[in-house]
Amino acid sequence: MGVEQPLGDNIVTASLDGLVNWARKSSIWPMTFGLACCAIEMMATGAAKHDLDRFGIIFRASPRQADCIIIAGTVTKKMLPVIKTVYEQMPEPKWVIAMGACACSGGVFDTYSVVQGIDVALPVDVYIPGCPPRPEALLFGLMKLQDKIGKERNSFGSAIGLGDRLEPAA
Amino acid sequence: MADMAENNRALIRLQEKFAPSILDIKEFRGEVTITVKKEDNVAVCKFLKEELRYNLLTDVTAVDYLGTDPRFMVVYNLYSIPNKDRIRIKAPVAESDCSIESVCSLWSTANWLERETYDLMGIVFNNHPDLRRILMTDDWVGHPLRKDYPLQGPDREPYKGRLS
Amino acid sequence: MASTEIMTVNMGPQHPSTHGVLRLVVELDGEIIKKVTPHIGYLHRGVEKLSEHRTYHQTIPLTDRLDYLAPMSNNLGYVLAVEKLLGIEVPERAQTIRVIMAELTRLKSHLVWIACHALDIGAMTVFLYAFREREQVMDLYEMVSGARMTSNFFRVGGLSKDVPEGFTAAVKEIVDTFPDRFDTYEGLLTKNTIWLQRTIGNGVISAEDAIDYGITGPALRGSGVDWDLRRDNPYSGYDKYDFKVPVGENCDTFDRYKVRLVEMREAVKIIKQALDSLKPGPVLADEPQVCYPPKENVYNTIEGLIHHFKIASEGFPVPEGEVYQSVEAPKGELGYYLVSDGGTKPYRMRIRPPSFVNLQAIEKMAKGAMIADLVAVIGTLDIVLGEIDR
Repeated sequence: MGVEQPLGDNIVTASLDGLVNWARKSSIWPMTFGLACCAIEMMATGAAKHDLDRFGIIFRASPRQADCIIIAGTVTKKMLPVIKTVYEQMPEPKWVIAMGACACSGGVFDTYSVVQGIDVALPVDVYIPGCPPRPEALLFGLMKLQDKIGKERNSFGSAIGLGDRLEPAA
Repeated sequence: MADMAENNRALIRLQEKFAPSILDIKEFRGEVTITVKKEDNVAVCKFLKEELRYNLLTDVTAVDYLGTDPRFMVVYNLYSIPNKDRIRIKAPVAESDCSIESVCSLWSTANWLERETYDLMGIVFNNHPDLRRILMTDDWVGHPLRKDYPLQGPDREPYKGRLS
Repeated sequence: MASTEIMTVNMGPQHPSTHGVLRLVVELDGEIIKKVTPHIGYLHRGVEKLSEHRTYHQTIPLTDRLDYLAPMSNNLGYVLAVEKLLGIEVPERAQTIRVIMAELTRLKSHLVWIACHALDIGAMTVFLYAFREREQVMDLYEMVSGARMTSNFFRVGGLSKDVPEGFTAAVKEIVDTFPDRFDTYEGLLTKNTIWLQRTIGNGVISAEDAIDYGITGPALRGSGVDWDLRRDNPYSGYDKYDFKVPVGENCDTFDRYKVRLVEMREAVKIIKQALDSLKPGPVLADEPQVCYPPKENVYNTIEGLIHHFKIASEGFPVPEGEVYQSVEAPKGELGYYLVSDGGTKPYRMRIRPPSFVNLQAIEKMAKGAMIADLVAVIGTLDIVLGEIDR
């Protein structure tokens, strides 16, 4: 209606950004990377009742196959180098979700061994509060991430060397 | 309560055999705590294990009584599966000579428990098969559970926004 | 014969089958494990140190996060230890509800165990079923405490509040339906050839060695040692309930699996008995020095408000002394060694974590096994890293 479709009904035209973002946000593959209590809620989210698969979210055990890392739990000073390594192994584009109070800010563990929030080391896209967040909260956070991916501009173009990637406004 | 301690069979036998090395006997809420000289910790534990059937070493830990001498108290919680009974052995360790004999030769479980105590309290266990840090990184400086170690670590200002 | 070379393989801390952030360095001769060296501490959060800076009540939420698969068992051990230091009695209704919640917690923890253990070995379906049942227990948690996992429901002297309406019906539903669900798991696993081949003869540890390594809980009972703290050193009125303590014979992964399954059935039996004996009454001891006043008083009277404020901000003094209190947590003997200097904060709180001690035996249990069987050994030990590293 209003839009002419000179190529017929079988071909849909879209912007490259729109198409790429649609594909990326509909198949977020997070790492199975559990640190603490939040990981159990993450598992519960993946299990039958909450069922992450319906969002195209499938957990991958290898960082090479993942494009999202959910920091689910307390990050300690001993663990931080490992997380950085895992993050570096993930291919671009990649997103980070800080799940739970510990990953956001250290939570109740204001101690000598705990990193006070993963954002000191990784660029966090979505913060999910809660101790631990409910599965619904994780789902909401993942949907927020989908929204954010949907607003990205020229991320594909920049990957093939055309211009710069434009970060979406929050 | 005092009667109970006197009636404790294990205690009587221990007193017979190790009278000179026992520093203190306490009874609190039905739990018997025996403080022994640190030189005799292995002999006392061996006797308890082999003669009195305290066959399960539940826990090895330490308490830091900063400001007193001796500063540390190494604590062994023993349990007897046949007799369903507990006993606690403590041994004082001075800061100047911060070491005690390992009980790994008696119980394999002491290995990690002593490593943890070494890691967090800085008490050296002599003749331990593998005394390394266990919870903290190998290059960690200091022993976090000591009372003079700041909660937030030495490199960070404590958060001021909290009451406690 | 071709010469072989020992290969060292690193497993974890990022590995889906290590149940968290456990790291194992495995020395292999071909596929045969020569040596396993666990490296732990990747989740060391300093709970013991932190508790020295918190009042006795403020420490309860920290205990939730130790063994996060069984929060109420952790709460229970801790509040029992503080109550022992204080020398106070808990009302009967509170004790009974504690037992119900502790046994539900056992179910909850064992459900995660069977889910992950089976998933690691390759049986995906059990994971989906067990997590479905677990949601039911989580709903009950939410009903009584408002949180699905970190419940913080018990208080020194009793409970934070009485259970809401509908609690009994919800627990009854679990009691009625769960045994059938356990039959389903057994149907999927107990005679499953793959399951049998992966578990029988795997991770063998003799009773003698198990005691030497300090193993407790189902892992010890799987090795044939008939010892359960709930029966042998009863607390919270466990002596009133009639239950069996299952014991294994062959000391292997399959026997530990059977022991845990029977334990789940026995837990349901205990819940049923406790529910039948649940009588109305107070859920908090009459100890104004220690316990929070009822909420009506806090909201409506100035005395109640001051009372609440004093306990919440200053805490309560605890007599000088030291106690060790342990409970039969789903993973084994969970002990709290509390030292008080007479102040409002613990002078030293030592947690005796079952998983930490049990994990140590992996060196013994996995030696000589195939590399693929290592995940079965980790699964059968039922470890949780929050408790190991604290």
